[in-house]
Amino acid sequence: MSQKKKTREPEEAKRLGVFVCHCGKNIAATVDVENIAKEVTNLHGVVHATDSHYLCSEPGQKALQDDIKYHRLDGIICACCSPTLHEETFRKAASDVGVNKYEVEIANIREKCSWVHSDREEATEKAMKIIETKVEKALLNEALTPISVDVNRNAMVVGAGITGIQAALDLANSGYHVYLIEQSPTIGGHMAQLSSTFPTLDCSQCILSPKMSEIAHHDNVELITNAKLTGVTGFVGNFNAKVTKKPKFVIEELCNLCDDCVTVCPVIVPNDFEGGLGPRKAIYLPFPQAVPSAYVLDIENCLGIHPLVCSKCRDACEQNAINYDMKEEIVELDVGAIVIATGYDLYDISKISEYDFGPEVDVIDGLQFERLLSSAGPTGGEVLRPSDHKKPETVVFVQCVGSRDPEHHMAYCSKICCTYTGKHALLLKDQEPDTEVYIFYIDIRAAGRGYEEFIDRAQEMGVVYIRGKPSKIFRDGDKTIIWAANTLTGERLEVEADLVVLAPAMIPSFDTKVLSGVTKCSLDEYGFFKEAHVKLKPVESLVQGLFVAGAALSPKDIPECVSQGSAAASKAIALLSKPQLYHDPIVALVNEQACSGCKVCQSLCPYGAISFDSVKNISVVKEILCQGCGTCASACPSQALTLKNQTDKQIENMIRIALKTEAK
Amino acid sequence: MSELLNPEPKVIAFLCKWCSSNAADLAGVSRMKYPANVITIETPCSGRVDPTYIFDALSNGADGVIVAGCHPGECHYITGNYKTLKRMVLVKELAEQMGIEDERIHLEWISSSEAKKFVKTMTEFIEKLKHLPPNPLRNNRVAQEAKH
Ligand SMILES: Cc1cc2nc3c(=O)[nH]c(=O)nc-3n(C[C@H](O)[C@H](O)[C@H](O)COP(=O)(O)OP(=O)(O)OC[C@H]3O[C@@H](n4cnc5c(N)ncnc54)[C@H](O)[C@@H]3O)c2cc1C
Ligand code: SF4
Ligand code: SF4
Ligand code: FES
Repeated sequence: MSQKKKTREPEEAKRLGVFVCHCGKNIAATVDVENIAKEVTNLHGVVHATDSHYLCSEPGQKALQDDIKYHRLDGIICACCSPTLHEETFRKAASDVGVNKYEVEIANIREKCSWVHSDREEATEKAMKIIETKVEKALLNEALTPISVDVNRNAMVVGAGITGIQAALDLANSGYHVYLIEQSPTIGGHMAQLSSTFPTLDCSQCILSPKMSEIAHHDNVELITNAKLTGVTGFVGNFNAKVTKKPKFVIEELCNLCDDCVTVCPVIVPNDFEGGLGPRKAIYLPFPQAVPSAYVLDIENCLGIHPLVCSKCRDACEQNAINYDMKEEIVELDVGAIVIATGYDLYDISKISEYDFGPEVDVIDGLQFERLLSSAGPTGGEVLRPSDHKKPETVVFVQCVGSRDPEHHMAYCSKICCTYTGKHALLLKDQEPDTEVYIFYIDIRAAGRGYEEFIDRAQEMGVVYIRGKPSKIFRDGDKTIIWAANTLTGERLEVEADLVVLAPAMIPSFDTKVLSGVTKCSLDEYGFFKEAHVKLKPVESLVQGLFVAGAALSPKDIPECVSQGSAAASKAIALLSKPQLYHDPIVALVNEQACSGCKVCQSLCPYGAISFDSVKNISVVKEILCQGCGTCASACPSQALTLKNQTDKQIENMIRIALKTEAK
Repeated sequence: MSELLNPEPKVIAFLCKWCSSNAADLAGVSRMKYPANVITIETPCSGRVDPTYIFDALSNGADGVIVAGCHPGECHYITGNYKTLKRMVLVKELAEQMGIEDERIHLEWISSSEAKKFVKTMTEFIEKLKHLPPNPLRNNRVAQEAKH
């Protein structure tokens, strides 16, 4: 039977079926589904039409398949929800019974009709129009076969916080070669800065460093630090990634961590890893467990890598590991899949003019407080205030700094600050039970196993929770003053603190916008990377073969980041595990007779998919490279180019039918 | 407000399937409402919208045409929408020469999260068309249909 179909003659002979879905009441409440199913049988080419309560259900699909067989349909139109939800479902169901999947059309009468209109008559009329346009398109659809391409079985992970580390390890342990790209000199991300982690309070470095060292020694991982992804070309299964490596001026393999260079370096700058609360030299080891385990020269603060200017470190290094001649390098890597895990940054508190901020006024952020709590931190784990290194007697924590403030700052909840502030208070009370601790909050949102109990514990230890957001934080002598109103009692408060710790909003890491431009992965309204579907495709992006995970998508804690890192890796593995993948056949096609050889199309194609056949003097489309955007087709002055199943004729017919007025 | 000259204008909206079409879906999921006078045609990219489609729509009786795509720099096909932008300038010039008001052709960048912007664009555009006379090219269509 399918044999017969392939040799089917012209459009006249095409047998189309239309299936109109009620979607329970979702469509049927505003669109007269039954009547439409009757009316569409009058349309040219439609030999069968019916309605279904839930077309996507198993019985719905079964009935669809039976009808396809019984009525010997060549193509179908499903009038239902958005194609992003069930196009694949119906393509599969139809192709299982012999209909080419590119002969399946979706008429979206739910999101684009029943849900946005309330007048039943208007909505029904519009639904009918939508179906008519799709019938017009289906009449001229061609049966197509996907184009097969070889898959490059290497992967790339961008960003080496806990999310990227987890993704890289899962990929590497499944046997795939992974390039792990990290912008800073070491991997670890923000987790490396944390003291201990809620809710179990295990030491952050102790659970992170085994994973970091596994990365360092894994045969399948090629770690590239001090580097950024600066270009991506190609397509799923066959990306070409350009990675720009900044020079470190230290040869990793030779450095034996003797520290001689640090001793002689005359430059002292605030240590960014310690949130500026401690010093470091211009040549330094980011932290003891850093991977790769080698010193780096910070060129921005170095006096100048010229023997005449300083060169003390180079002279001191007995290993000759320091090389001032290193240059920026660009490497090109071919990979089949890319995982983005570029994490977060904290909101810039200087944008909140009501709050004084900085170590000199003893107002710091949560990450700086993590360093004060850390036994490897600038105070050896003892909480001392930065301005005079005295023990604070009164400490005030402020949650939701820049979060949940749609008018002035970020509208969203950063999700984890309630819990980590509880952790901070608890650890401080543990260390100095006599410290007076106040936490200003708007609401306590500590959802998650063991999290609520965690907050309770802090309260049991005498931490005072005050509902209200400080209106002003300012320095007065050697105290910091907080003005606030308790929104539960209505009472105005003034607290004198020795140390104030703010919990700023988690925002997209600073390079996110640039990386979005490079990868074409779109961003949400707040500038975080956006997943393909918030519920069903949480780690996929709209760019095939590109995955996103962790805090790069939205504020998250470590357990969630780890699960997402693994999820992204398994999605990438599913892609890389097949030697070949199938490329959508909706590609451009040149009509050899009509092409005048003007080459207008060539310069338009963003993928360089159009080449020139100088013998025939015509343009030729390389189907593997063509992504089917159709830009060339709409520019060809000779109308020699078309996009398969999106031809000019199809679109023109759709326009015509959409505007036709019914003779009533 | 000026006079109501065309109470039920007809609109064709070409939506890029990566952004604006998703914004329209999101408007649905969020149960936002807008007038039913618009029929959408999804294209892979706003760059697929051949200028002739816009004139086709106008001569077939559309009172207005919207082309919506990804924001500049966010086109799924890298540069398709820059081409759209250039073309739309030419389309508008040509339209003017044909006696079609500039306001009947509208280009808008609507990302997939901008459901509100989608609804606002459709609602305002349709509202504006109600205060313009029916598209002057409509008569061509009537003439054409008479011929057939
Ligand atoms: C004060 C504070 C306390 C916290 N306490 C806890 C806790 O107790 N328990 C818990 O579960 N969670 C806690 N968290 C949350 C935790 O920090 C995050 O969940 C986790 O670190 C996010 O991991 P990530 O890998 O997604 O992002 P990140 O840790 O931000 O890592 C991203 C990595 O990508 C790199 N990168 C960024 N851009 C680029 C680029 N363009 N190219 C290459 N590389 C790039 C960065 O340098 C970084 O190494 C806390 C957060 C804060 C702010
Ligand atoms: S634009 Fe058209 S005519 Fe010119 S080379 Fe390309 S296909 Fe041929
Ligand atoms: S449709 Fe044309 S312009 Fe677009 S990718 Fe294919 S060949 Fe290139
Ligand atoms: S893909 Fe949306 S405008 Fe090109």
